[in-house]
Amino acid sequence: MAWNEPGGNNQDPWGGNRNNDGPPDLDEALKNFQKKINGMFGGKGGGNNNNNGGGVSGSAIVVGLLVALIGYFALGIYQLDAQERAVVLRLGKFHSIEEPGLHWNPPIIDRRFPVNVTIEREYRTGGLMLTEDESIVEVPVTVQYNIADIRAFVLNVKDPEVSLEHATDSALRHVVGSTELDQVISDGRDKIVSEMRQRLQQYLDSYSSGINIVGVNLQEGKPPAAVKDAFDDVVKAKEDQERFKNQAQAYSNEIIPEARGKAQRTIEEANAYRDQVIAQAEGESERFNQLLVEYKKAPEVTRERLYLDAIEAVMGNSSKVLIDVEGGNNMMYLPLDKLTEQTASSRTSKGITDSDIRELSDRVIEQLRREQNTRTSRGVR
Amino acid sequence: MSTKSLVGIILLAIVVALGASSFYILPEYQKAVVLRFGKLQEVHPQTGLNIKLPFADDVRYFDGRILTLDAPVESYFTVQSKRLDVDSYAKWRVSDPALYYISTGGSELVASRRLTVRISDGLRNEFGKRTLHEVVSGERDELMDSLTKIINMTVGDELGVEVVDIRVKRIDLPQNVQQSVYDRMAADREKEAREYRSKGKEQSEIIRADADRQKTVIEAEAYRDAELLRGEGDAKAAALYAAAYNKDAEFYSFVRSLNAYKETFNNKGDLMLVDPDSDFFRYLKGSEGGK
Repeated sequence: MAWNEPGGNNQDPWGGNRNNDGPPDLDEALKNFQKKINGMFGGKGGGNNNNNGGGVSGSAIVVGLLVALIGYFALGIYQLDAQERAVVLRLGKFHSIEEPGLHWNPPIIDRRFPVNVTIEREYRTGGLMLTEDESIVEVPVTVQYNIADIRAFVLNVKDPEVSLEHATDSALRHVVGSTELDQVISDGRDKIVSEMRQRLQQYLDSYSSGINIVGVNLQEGKPPAAVKDAFDDVVKAKEDQERFKNQAQAYSNEIIPEARGKAQRTIEEANAYRDQVIAQAEGESERFNQLLVEYKKAPEVTRERLYLDAIEAVMGNSSKVLIDVEGGNNMMYLPLDKLTEQTASSRTSKGITDSDIRELSDRVIEQLRREQNTRTSRGVR
Repeated sequence: MSTKSLVGIILLAIVVALGASSFYILPEYQKAVVLRFGKLQEVHPQTGLNIKLPFADDVRYFDGRILTLDAPVESYFTVQSKRLDVDSYAKWRVSDPALYYISTGGSELVASRRLTVRISDGLRNEFGKRTLHEVVSGERDELMDSLTKIINMTVGDELGVEVVDIRVKRIDLPQNVQQSVYDRMAADREKEAREYRSKGKEQSEIIRADADRQKTVIEAEAYRDAELLRGEGDAKAAALYAAAYNKDAEFYSFVRSLNAYKETFNNKGDLMLVDPDSDFFRYLKGSEGGK
């Protein structure tokens, strides 16, 4: 029981040697040895047997002792791989740490515990955990470690690697539990890693486990699947925010230059107006001035001519009805609205023809006559 | 084979057996007690090679290393009566081999079981004094330290063991509570998302309003400048007209009126009722001018 008590795979005194061809298998060694003995002493032994019965048992004892001795020595031989070191206990006390190579330690007196020390070991863990603001987050983590102190690793803690796993889970949750969700998910990773590494090493040191943490890799903290959509929406919302801003900026970029252009146009139009009215004023006043000079020379004639020219232009350009009726009769009725309507409509179609005007004036005159007749008849009465 | 040699072999065997059972090796990683006929004989044997009485003494070995107790997941209530599923582990070692042997029979399993009960009780008490927040983040270390101390006060004397460290691996909310946490988290995120969106709209409005303002100002200023220019033009024109027309105001109003008549009656649709007695028609009735 005591022999195998240390338990773990690596600590079994023989376990480590099964993988490499260190010491030869005990049974096989004994068998080989017996064969050789039999070969060497076979004939002779037979001869002795005939001479002396007591000699037989004596030599058998000697042979047996020899076998035991050689077997004992053979058992103590082992080799250590380049990756391995071995802790050796002599009579239960720590004796030495053996380097790679071929070694011999007396069996039973010494016990050896080979351990692979150069390989970098790794432990992955993670899962859902609580954060400081009582949210739930998923944080996967990988811890790389190696064995810094093989003596402590072998002698101080039972199942040191299980201890590491427990300590990792605890340290991870402790650190994440002291961190806000946003930090875990976004920019707090470095802080979590360094705190966790420190804490984990502290735990392992307090157990004197001989394990050294080489690195802690924290993968991106993820929100649990149940709330992933909500988290994604935040990212989208951030994009939307930018989009809204950009759209507004685009609007601004569009209307301001447009307004500037329009403003320039307004000013240019005003400039044009100013120049126009000034030029017109100059022209008109100059025209008047020149006309005035001529008018001064012959006022009567010029005045008459100007008047007639103007009236001619006016008359020539508009429809007119000549009312050759005596007296300002206020009872005279002219359906002016209808007349204008007619002229307007006929004008829109093809303009007023001479026959139209003639017809119109005929009707007007006829109407006037009728009116006058009734009036005169009334006057007679 | 003679009896002599047979006796020799038997004697040798006895010597070997006696020799073997007179010694025992206690390795560094183990502790042991020596029982003589079932009674405790030696409680602190030295590490290394030791002598014992053959056949009478029985050596019981215990693991002297730090051992792990992986406690099962249990539910505890915080001070606000929130239930938590807690997975913890403890590190312990045998401190008093004799007491350990007496109280547990040297069985790690028995010791673990008894420690588990004490640790659960301790955790229940400690959790019951604290809020969820304190348990999860603020006071984990304090909680564990104080629990370790409390447990060590009793287990050292009762079980002969020493608890090195108690740690909580996981503190999880029960399944049904998890859902409400998820709901709250989703609501928090929604809040955040809305904030981002409305901030975006806010900034958008600010930018747009600013742009609109600039546009209006630019246009208004342009209008102002334009009116100034027009006014300038009008003033200059008026000055020019005045300068010219003042030379003969009566003639000006005559010419201007004639122009105005021409301008006004330039449409065929304008219907004029003309009195033939007007000056214009004075020759219409006779060559003498109708006077």
